[in-house]
Amino acid sequence: MANKNVKLKFDELSSALGTFKGLEIQIGRIVDEEWEEPMGPTPKPSVGTLRSWDRKLLGRYKPFYMPFCDLCCLCTYGKCDLTGDKKGACGLTMAGQQSRIVMIACCIGASTHAAHGRHMLNHLMEEYGRDTPLEVALNTNVEAPHVRLVCGIKPQTIGDLEEALDYVETQIVQLVAAAHTGQEGDNIDFESKAFHAGMLDHVALEVSDLMQIATLGLPKGDPEAPLAELGYGTIDATKPVIMCIGHNVLPSVDIIDYLMDHDLFDQVEIGGLCCTAHDMSRYDKRSKIVGPISWQLKFIKSGIPDMIVVDEQCIRTDVMDQARAIGVPVLAASEKSCLGLPDRTHDPAEAVIEDLVSGKTPGALVIEPSKVGEIAVKTAMAVRKRRGENKLVNLGELSEIASKCRTCMECIRSCPNTLPIMDAMVAAKEGDYRPLAELNDLCVGCGRCESACPVDLPIVTMITQASKDELINEKYPIRVGRGAIQDVEIREVGSPIVFGEIPGVVALVGCANYPAGYGDVATIAEEFLKRRFIVVTSGCSAMNIAMTRDEDGQNLYEKYPGNFDAGGLVNVGSCVSNSHITGAAIKIANIFAKRPLRANYEEIADYIYNRVGAVGVAWGAMSQKAAAIAAGCWRLGIPVIVGPHGSKYRRMLLGDKDKEEDWKVYNARDGEEVYVGPVPEHLFYAAETLEEALVLISKLAMRPNDTSKGRAVKLSHYIDLYKKHYGAMPDDLHLFVRRGQDIPFTMKDEIVKILEAKGWVEDRIASPDPTLLDRLVRRRE
Amino acid sequence: MAAKMNTGQIAEIAGPKKANIFPNADVAANLISKAKRPLLVIGSESTTVKTNDGDLVDTALRAMKNKKVSVVATGHLVGEFRKRGVEKAYSMSIFVLGKHLSDPEWRGFDGKGPYDAVVFAGFPYYMEWLVESGLKNFSKLRTISLERSYQPNAEWSLGWMPEPDWRETVDKIVSSLEEGK
Repeated sequence: MANKNVKLKFDELSSALGTFKGLEIQIGRIVDEEWEEPMGPTPKPSVGTLRSWDRKLLGRYKPFYMPFCDLCCLCTYGKCDLTGDKKGACGLTMAGQQSRIVMIACCIGASTHAAHGRHMLNHLMEEYGRDTPLEVALNTNVEAPHVRLVCGIKPQTIGDLEEALDYVETQIVQLVAAAHTGQEGDNIDFESKAFHAGMLDHVALEVSDLMQIATLGLPKGDPEAPLAELGYGTIDATKPVIMCIGHNVLPSVDIIDYLMDHDLFDQVEIGGLCCTAHDMSRYDKRSKIVGPISWQLKFIKSGIPDMIVVDEQCIRTDVMDQARAIGVPVLAASEKSCLGLPDRTHDPAEAVIEDLVSGKTPGALVIEPSKVGEIAVKTAMAVRKRRGENKLVNLGELSEIASKCRTCMECIRSCPNTLPIMDAMVAAKEGDYRPLAELNDLCVGCGRCESACPVDLPIVTMITQASKDELINEKYPIRVGRGAIQDVEIREVGSPIVFGEIPGVVALVGCANYPAGYGDVATIAEEFLKRRFIVVTSGCSAMNIAMTRDEDGQNLYEKYPGNFDAGGLVNVGSCVSNSHITGAAIKIANIFAKRPLRANYEEIADYIYNRVGAVGVAWGAMSQKAAAIAAGCWRLGIPVIVGPHGSKYRRMLLGDKDKEEDWKVYNARDGEEVYVGPVPEHLFYAAETLEEALVLISKLAMRPNDTSKGRAVKLSHYIDLYKKHYGAMPDDLHLFVRRGQDIPFTMKDEIVKILEAKGWVEDRIASPDPTLLDRLVRRRE
Repeated sequence: MAAKMNTGQIAEIAGPKKANIFPNADVAANLISKAKRPLLVIGSESTTVKTNDGDLVDTALRAMKNKKVSVVATGHLVGEFRKRGVEKAYSMSIFVLGKHLSDPEWRGFDGKGPYDAVVFAGFPYYMEWLVESGLKNFSKLRTISLERSYQPNAEWSLGWMPEPDWRETVDKIVSSLEEGK
């Protein structure tokens, strides 16, 4: 392993050359090589290293751009109108500009995860020592698949991760520079750079999660990780309530430690929102998960929190206004989000607490995590006492408030889902609050309706108040994030995944910007769990999966096991844990197929693309981080489906199934270029409806390497779902059935009839040892 | 009732080029009727949009009586056409369709050549907004929005109007198409 900045100091050194006194030698890096696997072809790839691989994918999946803005306003030549075939003053086209925006979004996402990782690394190395062993998963040798694959290093301690993070940061700077006026101009090269940002993002994710697993005692790939409590109703509002929001768990850990050290866990409620909540529950399952990002505004507005602690990412930027409205202080714990607050990091805790409790200051910036616990707990306890019996927000009779509604429709117009808010107000005027309550499950909690309302109706609070009976009962179990997939699990499922007998791996990840409420994610999960896919999940999606019960009162975490196997529901954890999902695909190539891992990105991606039937689904994708995570999947050849709002990423990567020339691969056995059909058909796709997504997930799980048995299994799911939701047989089966044995036996007559009508010929679609890489051809004939 | 010209429509405007608003239903009907190969694109919200025919699917079925009108249902909506006994509606994802429509080489669903007018109805606002943005910038197609809200990225849009007015307008347009069968 490499050691950085090694210093040697000799008071006196005698050698054949003479005697040296006061000699100091500083070496930038020592490579202490303990990894016997030879270095692969692409250690720490630069921006252009994997360009040819990206172009292979982008040749198949050509971008379709849907500009959000027809102008470019990034330099003083502008605004430049790029509409149609116009060019900007710098020469940039609309396609170039759109791909540039995609790349910038991916860079923002990757930077956010890398900055998160850097903060944690610095803090954890200081607290635990850089030599802390990187023990991150049970029964596992491949501890860091992304770091090994991309950087070509095998980290053994948390300090070793610094080299990977240094690399990521250096590359992100290069990428952002490419976005400057007068640099990159080609849209496909911008797309390649977006892929690069995505690859870097997964390294940063992995670094971030591994070091917190190694130091904080989070579950180490345990399929039976404990169940924690989730939901609005899990919080006992009579106690002092600390609400932690964001993604960086370190301040929350200090709060939990303080509660434990002072035996206060029974007296104070600590709950989290968004990924911080996941990681809090991984640290101590007694901390509560209030819910996903969409619960943030609703929960604050309820008045339940007595103290709000924000760390970083996905926090409401108006949290100060929201906290002020309910009369509670805010502790900001990251320099990335100072919120205009005074830096009190170096002030005595008691002084900060006094100012917060008295209201002298509405909040404080305390950027040293180890100082947050005492301030947060003591402040919450005192504020709770001060707020007395009437802390919960009660608007009084909703009909009176609703009577001010002008029925101007501005609320509906501003709502991302065009929810019938105005109709609910009209009903509320008459004392019927049911329509208001029904909005709760559908509302993404953005608050734009309140902002748009010309008479300032507190719409979100009204919805929350109308649905308070349901909210109080909102209590669900969730299996806490287990972290990585164990090597032994990969050995078990590698073969059935690669040959298609496990019909696919569905990763339900991402944010909560859903088109029709949170229930859709659980619907997707259950559909594919019943079909014996492996369902992995993380982040807000993992929370929302918990929030649906069957008739027997059980949710999916109670019904399905947490192991990485057919019919398993695997919650890996927070956003940064997404690296374990792609990491599992990498490990299949390495552990099951024994493909060299070290700095061997193209070959591993080629293997995953052609063999591992994994599909990412970000049904509520919202952020630039989600864009970066998706981009990391694309470069590995994993298709991603987003929900309708995901179309606002403004670019799809779509295959053309009817263009036979687009779907050729090399047969690694003899070098022949053969047609394998359009599998997987798309790389990035926004589905308009849930039903469309269900069908597409099953379809995108097909790969050229499927055995006949595997292809038949996958086709049976595709056909079954298509018939169910589209009311007929699919009309493209001739593109996916390669030979008679591929046809699902129970549907044979129906399918044969369709194939005959399409002029299908057996074995026109080949079943090679598929690769897109010429260099992997073993022998040429 | 005819739609009114209203240049002050509230919408999310992407740039200088934005949709013309039909001054009345006759102009819209003429424009669509004049097309040699019009394509009617029906979105997933069509079953919840009420029209004089019932819902937008029913209205599309009436438009299909004009043989030159091709209809494509997006999302999984084609199942709804099949439930109503109609097999000849095409099915395609809205964005895959957008990509095909922006390809001048695409020969259409029937292989007979490109469409010369594409009419949208029944979509979530932002989805139609986006796909029409793609077509505005990357095709020469005539795009027409029949939504109740102004869709600025179409070439022509009805513009916002009260629901009864919109129903009448759509009815008039489709009746005109039906008469031209």
